[in-house]
Amino acid sequence: MANMSMTKNPMPEQEPLVRNKNFDEVALGYTAETAIDEAKRCLNCKQHPCVSGCPVNVRIPEFLAKVAQGEFEEAYQIVTSTNSLPAVCGRVCPQENQCEGKCVRGIKGEPVGVGRLERFVADWHAEHADPNAAVEKPVSNGHRIAVVGSGPAGLTCAGDLARMGYDVTVYELFHKAGGVLVYGIPEFRLPKDIVAREVASLEKMGVKVVTDAVIGRAISIDDLFAEGFEAVFIGSGAGLPQFLGIPGENLLGVYSANEFLTRINLMKAYRDDYDTPIKHHKRVAVVGGGNVAMDAARCAKRLGADEVYIVYRRSMDELPARREEVHHAMEEEVQFQLLTNPVRVVGDENGYVTGIECIRMELGEPDEKGRRRPVPVEGSNFVLEVDAMIDAIGTTPNPLLRMTTQGLEANRKGCLIADENGKTTREGVYAGGDAVTGAATVILAMGAGKTAAAAIDDYIRSK
Amino acid sequence: MFPIVSKRPLNEAGTVLEYVIQAPLVAKKCLPGQFIVLRLDEHGERVPLTIADYDRQAGTVTIMVQPVGQTTRMLELMEPGDALADFVGPMGKPTEMEGLKRVCVVGGGVGCAIGYPVAKGMWEHGIEVDMVAGFRSKDIVILEKEMREHTTNLYICTDDGSYGEKCFGNAKLEQLIKEGRQYDEVFIIGPLKMMKFTSLTTKPYGIKTIASLCPIMIDASGMCGGCRLTVDGETKFACVDGPEFDAHKVDWDEIIARNAFYAGEEEEGKKHICRITGGVRNG
Repeated sequence: MANMSMTKNPMPEQEPLVRNKNFDEVALGYTAETAIDEAKRCLNCKQHPCVSGCPVNVRIPEFLAKVAQGEFEEAYQIVTSTNSLPAVCGRVCPQENQCEGKCVRGIKGEPVGVGRLERFVADWHAEHADPNAAVEKPVSNGHRIAVVGSGPAGLTCAGDLARMGYDVTVYELFHKAGGVLVYGIPEFRLPKDIVAREVASLEKMGVKVVTDAVIGRAISIDDLFAEGFEAVFIGSGAGLPQFLGIPGENLLGVYSANEFLTRINLMKAYRDDYDTPIKHHKRVAVVGGGNVAMDAARCAKRLGADEVYIVYRRSMDELPARREEVHHAMEEEVQFQLLTNPVRVVGDENGYVTGIECIRMELGEPDEKGRRRPVPVEGSNFVLEVDAMIDAIGTTPNPLLRMTTQGLEANRKGCLIADENGKTTREGVYAGGDAVTGAATVILAMGAGKTAAAAIDDYIRSK
Repeated sequence: MFPIVSKRPLNEAGTVLEYVIQAPLVAKKCLPGQFIVLRLDEHGERVPLTIADYDRQAGTVTIMVQPVGQTTRMLELMEPGDALADFVGPMGKPTEMEGLKRVCVVGGGVGCAIGYPVAKGMWEHGIEVDMVAGFRSKDIVILEKEMREHTTNLYICTDDGSYGEKCFGNAKLEQLIKEGRQYDEVFIIGPLKMMKFTSLTTKPYGIKTIASLCPIMIDASGMCGGCRLTVDGETKFACVDGPEFDAHKVDWDEIIARNAFYAGEEEEGKKHICRITGGVRNG
């Protein structure tokens, strides 16, 4: 008998005013009892629209049925048959636009908490499975594939190819694998141990991970083919930060969200036992309304800022961040300056930021995407007093590979040109994730990595 | 891990140290003007350093370090046999040499450690290279023999006159220009203030002047934007657009201010070296 409760089982969380002073995970996870109760809310409807809403097509009703029966390891095996990174997805996917957005329970009431349950089974497996259990290594087919970038697209592509028997090497520029999962998303939303665990499970399957490797400088794509790789997947992400282009942006105390978050997440600058320095600003403005902006604002708060503002030029309804992130940020006393746009950064005689001159906006006619365009309100300028500004207005793909690889074409925005299977303009080279789409989500990158893995398999077989 | 193959002081005072690091991937492709990023251990910060030399056969890369900051002072305590956690590169664009016939490289202090490989690279490329190497005093002079062997003329100057000529490097450069030396390019490398003043020296003569910059950065691949500077009114990233820029177009005061941003934290960090561990941390 299905559980007909109209609402999800709430997620236990650290208290807002406690957690905004530490970097420990905010959401504490379901207990086994809660997980079973929540899984029973699934009606196992005929169409299972949730599966089509998932970019990697996790067999959701099947795994929920196992959870409902208390068979958590079986549930985990179903999830990982199509998803290499379940502990990550359960935490950072925008489920409201994907699986849960399509759930029939959501028509009258709240959808089934698919994300929370995915996280539950992944965490349960990590806690209960024998870490020394022999991993079933796929039989090698002798073909070598190189993956550039160890973010969600690259790890997914590598995992799928390894499962098919390919000999996969992943190259990463940083000293740690994980890409945006380690440098971008903060510990309190995605603990780094979890990312390390997912990478380790790929390594157990035979995937080789080479850190400190700059593809495009130390090793070119041509070198990879010369070394015997038969195909290359590029999942180099969208790492190039955009700035607003307003006066004063090089003043002291203006950061890209990438810099601010990398110092904290990858370099662990918030901890005394790490050398990388970070400033503990008192009044911080984060410009932008996406998940990255919420992450930066919540980090600034945790570093001890008294006032943290999200400065966004549209209104609450248009905020592109996951609803849960906005909700969490508000609970943690992040303030929202909506319909507000910076026009100039103000500094003192030593070059330090003292404020941002902003202008109020109002929503005008819809633009080509149907979102109402923000229009400045003449004469509404005011100065928001802050000592730091963090630009979180988006990133574009890093140009290094397209600059150093013959035959690899990109569009005007710098995104690599690839067809729906990830095939680029150069033979044997596939690409996916933010490197192709521009900044998007973890799960879309994973979907692209998955599609490309299948296309690479077809390509190698047809050779 | 990247083992330290050898280590030696480059002057009597021991203010500059040379390290040869086993790093085959970097050694394979690097060129003069490019840099690496190193991290001592798991707790270390990422620090950019210019490549001073390399041996493709041996798979080694040479760096020259003045132990002044937290990381470089901890590096000073490491010996051959120890290994660095990370050593990644080559980063940045190599020095442009095409079309140059006669160049003057002006190095200030430890900047000569970066000026030397550029001068050597140009000289081996068939370019006539004068080098002006300025130091505070005799005891901190570095690489005299190496610079002399790989340049057309070497002029050493010291601030106090204890060795070579008693003058600043930019004054010597101006003297050479006034004597009628024709340079297609002046390449300057040293402390930011020295570079600012040397670029002011060449400006009235309209000589193309290139400065090598190494601002604060984390990833060195264009990702953090921490190394941004203004060149000719436009924002550039030193890591991927540089590290070499037209010195006459660089906003020097801005980069001087930006580079001092973490000076306070750096001082605090240095205290930690002695107070907590008395040496290199393990792990």
